[in-house]
Amino acid sequence: MTTTTPDTRKQTSDDASSSRVYKLGAVGGDWLDQRLSGGGFVKFIARKIFPDHWSFMFGEVALYSFVILLISGTFLTMFFDPSMEEVVYNGPYVPLQGEHVSRAFESTLQISFEVKGGLLFRQMHHWSALVFMVAIFVHMFRVFFTGAFRKPRELNWIVGFTLMVLGMVAGFSGYSLPDDVLSGNGLRVIDGLMKSIPIIGTYLSMLLFGGEFPGTDIIPRLFTVHILLVPAMILGLIAIHLVLLVLHKHTQYPGPGRTERNVVGFPVFPVYAAKAGGFFFLVFGVITLISATTAINGVWVYGPYDPSPVSAGSQPDWYMLWTDGGLRLIPGWEFTIFGYVISLNMLIPMGIYGALLGSLALYPFIESWVTGDDREHHLLDLPYNAPVRTGLGVSWISVYLILALAATNDIIAIGLHLSINDLTWAFRIGIFVVPVLVFFITKRICLSLQRQARQKALHGSETSRVVRTESGKMLEIHEPLDEFDRWVLVQHDDYRPLQAGKGVSSLRAKATSFFFKDRIEPVSPAELREAFEHYAHEKHEIDSATGGDYRTPAETAHHAG
Amino acid sequence: MKALAARRHHPMALLVILLLALVATGGLYVAFQPQTAQAESYTQDDVDAGEALFLANCATCHGRNAEGLQDADGSALGPSLIGVGAAAVDFQVGTGRMPMENSGAQAWRKPPQMNDEQTRQLAAYVASLGPGPAVPDEEYLDTSKGDATKGGEIFRINCAMCHNAAGAGGALTRGKFAPPVIGVDPKHVYEAMDTGPQNMPVFNENNLSPEDKRDVITYLDALEENGSPGGISLGSVGPVTEGLYAWTIILSLLLGCAVWLGAKAK
Ligand code: HEC
Ligand code: HEC
Repeated sequence: MTTTTPDTRKQTSDDASSSRVYKLGAVGGDWLDQRLSGGGFVKFIARKIFPDHWSFMFGEVALYSFVILLISGTFLTMFFDPSMEEVVYNGPYVPLQGEHVSRAFESTLQISFEVKGGLLFRQMHHWSALVFMVAIFVHMFRVFFTGAFRKPRELNWIVGFTLMVLGMVAGFSGYSLPDDVLSGNGLRVIDGLMKSIPIIGTYLSMLLFGGEFPGTDIIPRLFTVHILLVPAMILGLIAIHLVLLVLHKHTQYPGPGRTERNVVGFPVFPVYAAKAGGFFFLVFGVITLISATTAINGVWVYGPYDPSPVSAGSQPDWYMLWTDGGLRLIPGWEFTIFGYVISLNMLIPMGIYGALLGSLALYPFIESWVTGDDREHHLLDLPYNAPVRTGLGVSWISVYLILALAATNDIIAIGLHLSINDLTWAFRIGIFVVPVLVFFITKRICLSLQRQARQKALHGSETSRVVRTESGKMLEIHEPLDEFDRWVLVQHDDYRPLQAGKGVSSLRAKATSFFFKDRIEPVSPAELREAFEHYAHEKHEIDSATGGDYRTPAETAHHAG
Repeated sequence: MKALAARRHHPMALLVILLLALVATGGLYVAFQPQTAQAESYTQDDVDAGEALFLANCATCHGRNAEGLQDADGSALGPSLIGVGAAAVDFQVGTGRMPMENSGAQAWRKPPQMNDEQTRQLAAYVASLGPGPAVPDEEYLDTSKGDATKGGEIFRINCAMCHNAAGAGGALTRGKFAPPVIGVDPKHVYEAMDTGPQNMPVFNENNLSPEDKRDVITYLDALEENGSPGGISLGSVGPVTEGLYAWTIILSLLLGCAVWLGAKAK
C-alpha cells in the first residue's frame, strides 16, 4: 500500500521534513510491495466490509484478551521457574518465612512480592484468562442463538468449539503451575478422574504424573503444555477461524437492504480498523483497571501444596466449575467387578460432561439434518424465529449453570444461610426438571413473540388511539409499517414437520415434528393484501369520523390554546 | 486393587475423613479431659455475683444449677455447664453468643450483652462448678512471641477445611457454618480452640500446646495485617467470587465499551 504526498499544500520548512517522511513511506511501501506483492491482498482486506452490531464484538474481546494473555504470559515466563525442587522460603512474605516450598511456588511469590509490577502482571494474566473464557462463551451463545453456525459456517463452529475446549485446557494447566494448595487440589481431582477409568486408569495417572501423585514431574510437564503446546494450537486455530471468517464474509441481522447476497457495513480500512484498534485499547484498559484494583488467586494464603490440607471454598476457576459440579451431585455409587472398582460416581459425571460437549459440537449438523436445508445462510435468525433451537440452547445453558452452581454449593450455603444438604438435593432434582421446564417456557415465549410480529406485520403498530364512529363502532388507529420494517418481520424461513416415507426416515419425521410441529403460519401475500384492503377500509371510516385529524380533543384544545 | 480404591477419593472425602478424625479427637477430649486449667484467682464475691447473673440470664435454658435443661419434648434447651470451664463462658458470653437469642442451627455472634466485669463473674461462677479450661494467660496471646509460619502450617492443616485458608469462613452440613476468624479477639481464638464451641472440635493441650495456639493466633494476626496486597479481596472466598466478578462487573464494562463504540461509529 502506498501513501501519497499531498502536493497542493504550500511547503514551509517545517512541512519539508514531514513530506520527507511521506516520501519515505511511499518508497518503503513500494519496496515491500515489489518483494511481497501483497498490495492486492492488502487492498482486498482493506475493502472487506464488516457489519456493525454490538453483539458481534465478543469474538473480538476474546481475541484481544488472548493478546493480553500472550503479553502478560511472556512477562511471567521470564520469572517463573517450573521446578518442584524443595527450597526454604526466605522472601518478604513473613507468614511463610522458613517454610519448605517448591521452586515453582517460591518463584510465584517472588513475582508477586519482589518483581516490580509482577503482581499486576500476574493479576492481568489471570483476569484476562477469565475474560477470555467469558468472551468465548458469550460469543458462542450469540452465534448459536442467531443461527450463524449454519451452512457454510459449520466448520468454523467446530473450530470455535475446539478453541473453547483449548481455553479450558490452557486455563487449567496455568492454574496448576503455582503449586499452591488450591491448584494441587485441582490436580488431585484430575488424578481421581483418571484413576476411575477402568483398567487403564492407574497407568494413565502414572504416565501423566511420572509415578505416584503428585510426584515431581507434573509442573514442568504442565508448563510445557501451558506455554508452548496449547498457545500454539490456539494461535493456529484463531488464524483458521479468522481466515474462514474472511472467506465466508460476516453474517448480518436482517434489515433494510441486507440480503443473503450482500454485506452492509463499514470497510475494514479505515473505519473498522480504527474501531477495532480503539476497542483493543478499551479491552486492554478495562483488564488493566480490574487487575490494578482487584485481587485474584492470592496463592500465599492457600500456602504451598501439601496433600493433607483442603481449604473450605476449594473451587476451580469458573469455566471448570461445571466439571466439579457433577462430582458433588452424584451419590457415591460404585461396585466391584472381578476385583476392579467401577466408580460410577466418577464415570457417570464424565459421561454427562462428554454428552454436554458433544451435543454442542454437533448441533449444526443435527439441525441441518433435521431441516434438510442445504442453502447458504448469511442473514442471521432472530432467536424467536427458531423457537426449538432457542429453547434447546437455553436448556443447555441451564444444565451447565446448575452444574456450575452445584460446584459452589458451600459458598451459596454460607452466603444465603441455607443448608448445604438441601441445596445438593435441590440441584439433584433441578438438573432433571429445570432443563425441560425452561425449554418449554422459552419455546412458548418465542412463539408468542412470533405471533406478535405477525400481527404487527399485518396491521401495523397500535397507536392506542380509539375512534368512535357515528354508528358507535370503536376503531383503533393503526400506524402502518414501512416496507423495510415489515420485511424484517416476514423474511424468516418456515419449516413444517415431514411425514415418514418417501425417503424420510421415521426418526427424521419425529425430529421434524419435535422441531416444527408448533409453528406460527407465516404471513402470506394473500393475507397481506387482505390486510391492506381492511386497512384502507378502516382508514376511510376513521377519516370520515375524524376528518383526518387524529388528535384527541384534549390535544386539539391544547394546541388551540 | 485396594490401592486403587484408596486413592480414588475426591477432596470432599478427604475433608470428611479429617472432620471425623477431628470430631473423634474432640470426643476423646471429653472422655479424658486433662484437668490442667491454671485457675485464675476468682474471689467468692465474683462467684456469688456470677451466680446471681446466671440465675437472671442463663438459668432458663441451662437450669438453676447449670445442670442443663430439656423442654417437654426432651430436646435440650441448654447443655450442662458443669466442667466447661471459665474459657467457654468467656468465649460464649464475650462474643455475644450467650445468652442465646433464639434457637437455630447455631448460636450467632452478636454484640456482647454483658460487660467485661459481668463476663468475669459468670466465668467465675461456672469455673466454681467443676474444673475446666481457664481463660488463657496474657503470655499465650502475645503475638510478638509467636511464630507465624508454624501457625500458618497448623492453621492450614487443622482449621482451613472449615474456616477457609484465608479465614473467611465456610459452610458445614445442614445449615451450620464455621464463621470468619479474621479480626477475632486473640483471647477468643484461643478459647475457641480450647473449648471447641458447638461443631468445632476441641484442640486440647495434647494436640495443640499453648505455644502452638499462640502461633495460630500470630498467623491470623499476620494474615489480617497483610490484608489483600492485590486489591479488593472479593470476600477472599476464592475462584467463585472471582468468576462472578468476571461475569458481572467486567462483562458489563466490556459490553458498555462495545455499545459505546457502536454508537460512536454511527
Ligand atoms: C435461649 C437459651 C439459652 C440461654 C438464655 C443461654 N444459653 Fe448458653 N447455651 C444454649 C445452648 C442451646 C447451648 C448449646 C449450643 C451452643 O453451644 O451454642 C449453649 C451453650 C453454652 C455454653 C457452651 C457449653 C460448652 O459445652 O462449651 C456456655 C459456656 C453457655 N451456653 C453459657 C451461657 C451463659 C453464661 C448464659 C447466660 C449469660 C447462657 N449460656 C444463656 C442456650 C442458652
Ligand atoms: C469442624 C470444623 C471446624 C474446625 C476444624 C475448626 N473450627 Fe473453629 N469453628 C467452627 C464452628 C462451627 C464455629 C462456630 C462456633 C459457634 O458459633 O459457637 C467455630 C468458631 C471458631 C472461632 C470463633 C469465631 C467467632 O466468630 O467468634 C474461632 C476463633 C475459631 N473457630 C478458630 C478455629 C481455629 C484456630 C481452628 C484450628 C485450630 C478451628 N477453629 C478449627 C468449626 C471448626
